[in-house]
Amino acid sequence: MLNSINLKPYILLPIFLGISLNACSADKLTVVSWGGSFTKSQVEAYHKPYIKETGVEIVSEDFNGGLAEIKAQVESGNVTWDLVSLDKPDIVRGCAEGLLETFDPSILPAGDDGTPAKDDFIEGAIHKCAINSIVVSTILAINENQFKGKATPTKMTDLFDLKTFPGRRGLQKIPQGNMEWALLADGVSAEDVYAQLETREGRDRAFNKLNTIKEHVFWWTTGAQAPQMLADGEVVISSAFNGRISNAKRDENQPFKIIWDRQMGYMNGWAIPKGSKNLERAIEFVVFSSKTKPLAKQAAYVSYGPTRKSSTINMDKALLDTLPTAPQNFETAFLVNDEWWGDYADELNEEFNTWLAK
Amino acid sequence: MHLELTSLPSVVDMQDPLNEDQAKLKQNLQKAERKKRLRSLMLTLPLLAFIMITFVVPIAEMLYRSIDNPLIAKNLPNTVKSLSQWEQQGLPDKEAYNALAEELIRLYQSKSLPPLASRLNIEVAGMRSLMMKTGRKLSTFEQINDYKTAMIKIDKRWNNIEYWGAIKNLSSKFTISYYLAALDFRQNAQGDIVAQPEHRQVYLNLFVKTLGLSALITGLCLLLGYPLAYLLATLPDSKSNLLLILVLLPFWTSLLVRTTSWIVLLQMQGVVNDLLLYVGVISERIQLVHNTFGTVVAMVHILLPFMILPIYSVMKGISPDYFRAARSLGATPTIAFIKAYMPLTMSGVGAGVLLTFILSIGFYITPALVGGRSGQMISNFIAYHMQSSLNWGMASALGGILLLTVLIMFYLFNRIVGINNIKVGN
Repeated sequence: MLNSINLKPYILLPIFLGISLNACSADKLTVVSWGGSFTKSQVEAYHKPYIKETGVEIVSEDFNGGLAEIKAQVESGNVTWDLVSLDKPDIVRGCAEGLLETFDPSILPAGDDGTPAKDDFIEGAIHKCAINSIVVSTILAINENQFKGKATPTKMTDLFDLKTFPGRRGLQKIPQGNMEWALLADGVSAEDVYAQLETREGRDRAFNKLNTIKEHVFWWTTGAQAPQMLADGEVVISSAFNGRISNAKRDENQPFKIIWDRQMGYMNGWAIPKGSKNLERAIEFVVFSSKTKPLAKQAAYVSYGPTRKSSTINMDKALLDTLPTAPQNFETAFLVNDEWWGDYADELNEEFNTWLAK
Repeated sequence: MHLELTSLPSVVDMQDPLNEDQAKLKQNLQKAERKKRLRSLMLTLPLLAFIMITFVVPIAEMLYRSIDNPLIAKNLPNTVKSLSQWEQQGLPDKEAYNALAEELIRLYQSKSLPPLASRLNIEVAGMRSLMMKTGRKLSTFEQINDYKTAMIKIDKRWNNIEYWGAIKNLSSKFTISYYLAALDFRQNAQGDIVAQPEHRQVYLNLFVKTLGLSALITGLCLLLGYPLAYLLATLPDSKSNLLLILVLLPFWTSLLVRTTSWIVLLQMQGVVNDLLLYVGVISERIQLVHNTFGTVVAMVHILLPFMILPIYSVMKGISPDYFRAARSLGATPTIAFIKAYMPLTMSGVGAGVLLTFILSIGFYITPALVGGRSGQMISNFIAYHMQSSLNWGMASALGGILLLTVLIMFYLFNRIVGINNIKVGN
């Protein structure tokens, strides 16, 4: 039986694969993102025009965020990803741990209106390890059907108002954002939030504020859960990523409403794992995708704000209003301090988990 | 007769070559046997290699990672040397400041400071930015005479023994710091082992809870599975086969599908709440999922086949004659069941309990999805340290403790039930 099987192809296959992989790596980029409608927006706005212009092949892969895979690739010395769509906290952390390539921001071209790149990008968008392309916001959202003929929540502090708005609340199961909201709702001014969070008293103050709603909170972990819980009527108000809520409104006609008050803004952009085999091509892609037009184009597919001011100049008013960066939405926005969290995330995560388990 | 025979020279002569032949034959036989054994051993080689690559090596690597601590000793050799005499009472002497400053500048310029700063940040929050900031600023200075003053000027935290203590505590190539943290202890600036502050004690309770939940789930599985296995074993084949398919069908269904189905059933606006409300058992909707209750229900459902199948297969092999004999000797049905039947099923029960318990200790995806705030288990935290905090040493230490717990359980189980008495089938 065994003799009748020709083993040759099986022995040759790995060798052949090895050769072909090496041969391919020259003009092929592996671009990794979060999948679903988000990846689709990037494919339409960045990948397709880039392929058209350069002829480089792009392999699109999905991941779940975080740095675990990048760390594993960098440590083993076998880096197969060329570009990764990372959230700013992970960019800061990955950069601090030396997992990402750094690049010189002077290579970025000016905006289409002639504004130099360093003035065109909003503050914090240009990082030495990544160019952030969008502003994502954690906002509060409600299902209007649940508030028919009743007072409707309009501001962030309503999250903590169980008397006027009874019912379960949805919050993301991380300390980031929740600690800040708790302190802001407790009357701490925006400038003092992080100074307070460095002290024991400040942290206890935040946890005490969160204690007032603790028994009524459903803690979600993935972005899809929040709109799902709102649609099912499991929660009356929930924090969520604004793009998820906008998409549910637009594509599924969900009666959702976004409360922009105290939106927690953070950014997302392209980073290159250290040791990428196609470094030059990858940097070329970053530069290409962060031009005015591609950034504007992405917003048409998913409601996240472009980081270049010049991208919003010719934008449709109706579209602009759905973005976190629209002036009327951005008024009371709170920008999450990623550098601060880089230092304190380990410690506060432990405290947060201990508090949750209590 | 015997004597006569041996005294005959021809016979003696004939015996020798015969012996030689026999010895040769034996040798050949042994050779063949050895070849055979070697061949059969060769056949097991792929399995051995598979176990080595997928099981032994990763576990060894994990255990190694949980104590491995090369960064400080490798990158700050002079600082470590000058701190070796330091008693961890007052601030270290100037020599230590000088050594650290020079090494910080070198590391900053060669861009190898970040991993080191991250490692220290796990021990003392804020140390990452302190190290990066100090390295960056020191590199910009033209000439420095007094490093100590310069460093304290850059950040007054260098006046604090806490940060120096962290460097000293981690200065050897191997560390128990991950294991300390996994058991809610820490090494303070003086190098003494003390309990974590109360608002950071999370793991010990979690280990206890994981064991408690696993025991509860195993107990419930036994309670539900034993009668069902008995029913399966005693029904006529035509009926029991149908029932067995009902047991196996969910067993073959994806774990994720079954877990999310429970969310649909148990959520506030779900079927179970609707039904209870309609019947009038409850007057307002209750929370049945995203808590410990949800975890227990979903895990019992998922692990039930692992309990039923070994018990069933053992019961299937028990002759009904034992039960009849006990009855004919005057035992009531209950007594006969308990005294004659149940002891015979113990080997299956043992296998089922061990299987269910060990599986549930390491369960991850179900608690993550339906556990909410209170229904989390230790594996969820291992995943957290692998994926989010990137503290792989901590994840390894938690995994190491979990492994040790399982081994202890196995040992205790062996002492009480006896591993030879475990049967998965007949």
